[in-house]
Amino acid sequence: MRNPQLNKHGELIHLLSIEGLPRAVLHQLLDTAGSFLSVNEREVKKVPLLRGKSVFNLFFENSTRTRTTFEIAAKRLSADVINLDIARSSTAKGESLLDTIANLSAMHADMFVVRHSESGAPYLIARHCAPHVHVVNAGDGRHAHPTQGLLDMYTIRHYKQDFANLVVAIVGDLVHSRVARSDIHALTTLGAAEVRAVGPKTLVPGDLKEMGVRVCHDMAEGIRDADVIIMLRLQNERMSGAMLPSAGEFFKNYGLTEEKLALAKPDAIVMHPGPINRGVEIDSAVADGKQSVILPQVTFGIAVRMAVMSTIAGNNP
Amino acid sequence: MKILIKNGRLVDPASGRDAIGDVAIAAGRVVSLGQVSTDFHANRVIDATGLVVAPGLVELAARLREPGHEHEGTLESEMAAAVAGGVTSLVCLPDTDPPLDEPGLVEMLKFRARNLNQSHLYPLGALTRGLAGEVLTEMAELTEAGCVGFSQAEVPVKDTLVLHRALQYAATFGYTTWLRPNDAFLGTGVAAKGALATRMGLAGVPAIAETIALNTIFELVRDTGARVHLCRLSSAAGIELVRRAKAERLPITCDVSVNHLHLTDVDIGYFNAAMRLTPPLRQQRDRDAIRAALADGTIDALVSDHTPVDEDAKNLPFAEAEPGATGLELLLGLTLQWGDEMSQPLARSLATITSAPVAVLGESLGSLASSAGRLVEGGVADLCLFRLDERWTVSPASLKSQGKHTPFAGHELAGRVKCTLVSGHVAHEA
Repeated sequence: MRNPQLNKHGELIHLLSIEGLPRAVLHQLLDTAGSFLSVNEREVKKVPLLRGKSVFNLFFENSTRTRTTFEIAAKRLSADVINLDIARSSTAKGESLLDTIANLSAMHADMFVVRHSESGAPYLIARHCAPHVHVVNAGDGRHAHPTQGLLDMYTIRHYKQDFANLVVAIVGDLVHSRVARSDIHALTTLGAAEVRAVGPKTLVPGDLKEMGVRVCHDMAEGIRDADVIIMLRLQNERMSGAMLPSAGEFFKNYGLTEEKLALAKPDAIVMHPGPINRGVEIDSAVADGKQSVILPQVTFGIAVRMAVMSTIAGNNP
Repeated sequence: MKILIKNGRLVDPASGRDAIGDVAIAAGRVVSLGQVSTDFHANRVIDATGLVVAPGLVELAARLREPGHEHEGTLESEMAAAVAGGVTSLVCLPDTDPPLDEPGLVEMLKFRARNLNQSHLYPLGALTRGLAGEVLTEMAELTEAGCVGFSQAEVPVKDTLVLHRALQYAATFGYTTWLRPNDAFLGTGVAAKGALATRMGLAGVPAIAETIALNTIFELVRDTGARVHLCRLSSAAGIELVRRAKAERLPITCDVSVNHLHLTDVDIGYFNAAMRLTPPLRQQRDRDAIRAALADGTIDALVSDHTPVDEDAKNLPFAEAEPGATGLELLLGLTLQWGDEMSQPLARSLATITSAPVAVLGESLGSLASSAGRLVEGGVADLCLFRLDERWTVSPASLKSQGKHTPFAGHELAGRVKCTLVSGHVAHEA
């Protein structure tokens, strides 16, 4: 079974997951993103790489930030961008996912940027769309959020240069997090020294160690001497119930405060995929503090998405 | 109609017979086995040279999709699939729409099946009305209408008090309750809990969903004395509990599906919805335990868990795809493959899909109880003639079943069914 996101030459034609991508491909994407960063700082922020191409943003699940950054990235590559808020249109009328895809393909789409609440949905779309159409996974269920993973790697590489000696702690709701899974695959592929998964057993199950991480249920143990701390967003629906008794109790044990941050290396950076819940997973003093790189992550995100879209559009099925 | 089957390899798992011989059939019955007297004048002679002549296969878990799901399968299409797969007796599940919770529905199904004149059909009645797990069905009435047992299909009874009473009531009349052990709350995921589900971001079903349900059932069986058939075990831990319960001589039997005999969660690959099954495929050690337990008799019978699913219901993201796979036409081949890989004698492999499932059904089969799944003189002439060494490739388009989804598409299997006889008439010929 060939990895469905690679063509027979091993080139990236879709971006569905970071899992299974060679280290060289990841570095190449990050290098390309670096070259686009300067484009974003120019007065005329456009390159003609996707001129005449139609990029469809298919968001079966609501998102403002991710969709906006994809839209900006596509426009800076000179593509025509069509935003479809499917959550409120065709599926509400009972149209099936594949019918939606078939209809949009008939409108001569060149690329689908897909967000869906079910793990694996972009694989189904990649399997059924026309051969020339490229698919970018913008987040599927709990499975993957590969562009977020790449922008996190870009951020880490930017501040820490090399992955070889890094200790990275990912804190919070890992079990439901596609960002965590993509980060873990990326970090293990890029050779980080240690990746730690930190949180209570309801949110950080023991199975995670099969992904090559060290599972820590104690926050102090989890972030001690870390070079990078990635705080995950705690979804509202997990804040009370059988997963966690309350947001307050979570913050007490696992929320990142200046006091806890002092356990990490003095030059540790703090990351978050956003949007942040101040006072739930992260204290404002840390989110806005000098070790926080949360806003640079957003800036890098556009360059990384430009790199992904231009790379896959340049490779033939 | 008199039929003479000549020169076949007669294999009867129940008696251990495995020898070349003839079978004489008259009035739907086997009148002579082995050496047939020369004064038997047949209307038709079937040359079975090079073929195995076995009892017709008995399937304990088939969904025929009628009533209510005719877009996924009809009695016509699925009965045709059954005889094409050598299956002459079928137990069908009550999870139709409406569920089989009223005698009229069962009578209609039996009537339709009789008119098609293919495999024998043995419906399981719903254990509770609408499978809702609240109110018991009229079990005696349903039995009279033709039900061979009572089942909740895939819907666990959440309320232990209701399950207790259902087993007490069933035990009063000696009815068998068919339960798939699955905790209603822990068992709601779409893949087996483990490394793969974690990696793929799929909601996992832990093995304790099965073992907790089994422990509850065993306690209720100890208390009520009810006879329970456990359907489609999936975990090594569950099988170990069954082994101990059998050692304790609890009145239980159990089956596993051919899918779980050959596949693991790794086969899900890149979210292949053909592998979306209930119970979910588990890990290597579970599969090894299932294979071994079927060989040592802890698991009584093998089922195809036949579930035709249409394109629209399968072409969805993995978790949303409807679980199930077509299976009737693959049952023989997948059983033979297990037997081959586990070095089982042919008669032993065939026992898991002939005499063993008949033993599970027991007296509920009525007049057929003594001869279905066996080759006996005077018994019903339900036969499956197949060529053991002929290999064939599973191609969904050529399956008779309306359900074309199978995890085994493209696999090569041994054992090509050449002829199926039901009550002495040729129901299928290839």
